[in-house]
Amino acid sequence: MGHAQHNTDTLPPNPEKATLEGRNKFLAFWFFLGGETVLFASLFGTYLGLRNGTAGGPTAAEIFDLFLVFIMTTILLTSSLTSVFAMLAMKKGNFKQMLVWMWVTVGLGVAFLGLEIYEFYVYVGYGLTFTTSAFGSAFYTLVGFHGAHVAFGIGWIVTLLIRYRKSGLTLTNAPKFYLASLYWHFIDVVWVFIFTVVYLMGIGG
Amino acid sequence: MEPKLNTNQPQVNLSKKEKIKLEREMRHQIITFVVMIFFTALAFMSVASDLIPASFAVPFILILAVIQVILQLYYFMHLKDKDHEWPNAFMLSGIVIIIPMVAALMLLLGVVKY
Repeated sequence: MGHAQHNTDTLPPNPEKATLEGRNKFLAFWFFLGGETVLFASLFGTYLGLRNGTAGGPTAAEIFDLFLVFIMTTILLTSSLTSVFAMLAMKKGNFKQMLVWMWVTVGLGVAFLGLEIYEFYVYVGYGLTFTTSAFGSAFYTLVGFHGAHVAFGIGWIVTLLIRYRKSGLTLTNAPKFYLASLYWHFIDVVWVFIFTVVYLMGIGG
Repeated sequence: MEPKLNTNQPQVNLSKKEKIKLEREMRHQIITFVVMIFFTALAFMSVASDLIPASFAVPFILILAVIQVILQLYYFMHLKDKDHEWPNAFMLSGIVIIIPMVAALMLLLGVVKY
């Protein structure tokens, strides 16, 4: 044993993939993201099929506020970048810097979620509720599912941050933070399509 | 109120080569971010302006979205790095199956608008 790891105070490069457990988690997480892709693909398909069924209620072009959605997109993209910075800090072994970038990511996620709730509140004020029309149901299901994923991601990362606030970087927690960051990027991937297919095509298509 | 971190906190052993690699990775990721913001703004403007007809804008913004997702997957989610052969293999085989499926469904359902 001793010849392999003569210095217990150092971690190998890429600590998130240094153990078999870390590598297994990594592969399994990509499988999970594949399943999530199928889930969102179904919701997108449903939305595209039903988006013209407004049943006399408000239409997409009437209510969508493109500017607000553009701000939300920018916030989520930036939070994706900050979680990338967190992973770079982790690879450099700078645990404190990683925690800071992760907290910034969480903060941006909360801002995004707040704007999304405000957006739904405004749309309900315009008379578009879940039961108004097929368009309303499909819209709130698709975008709401994404919002639920953001909320879950915030809860996940905050739990990790609180649990490991004093532990320093270990071979156990490095894969956990890495997967949380992958999940956060996936949320951003889905939002890129929501921005394009729901909002931009709702206004311009 | 300094949070009490382990004083002998484990450090990651990085060679000079690996440090340079990380620096380069960071530069690439910032460029990726700038490109993604630029594409988002471009898509936003092509829809917001009245000059561009929807028949051009819709395929255009869909292509921009696909490029953004590829950037996100390969740079932000590290798919371009080594040790990512399996995720890449599964994703590509998924895409190979999906393309004829979506094309067939679009033709069957008559959604040939786009």
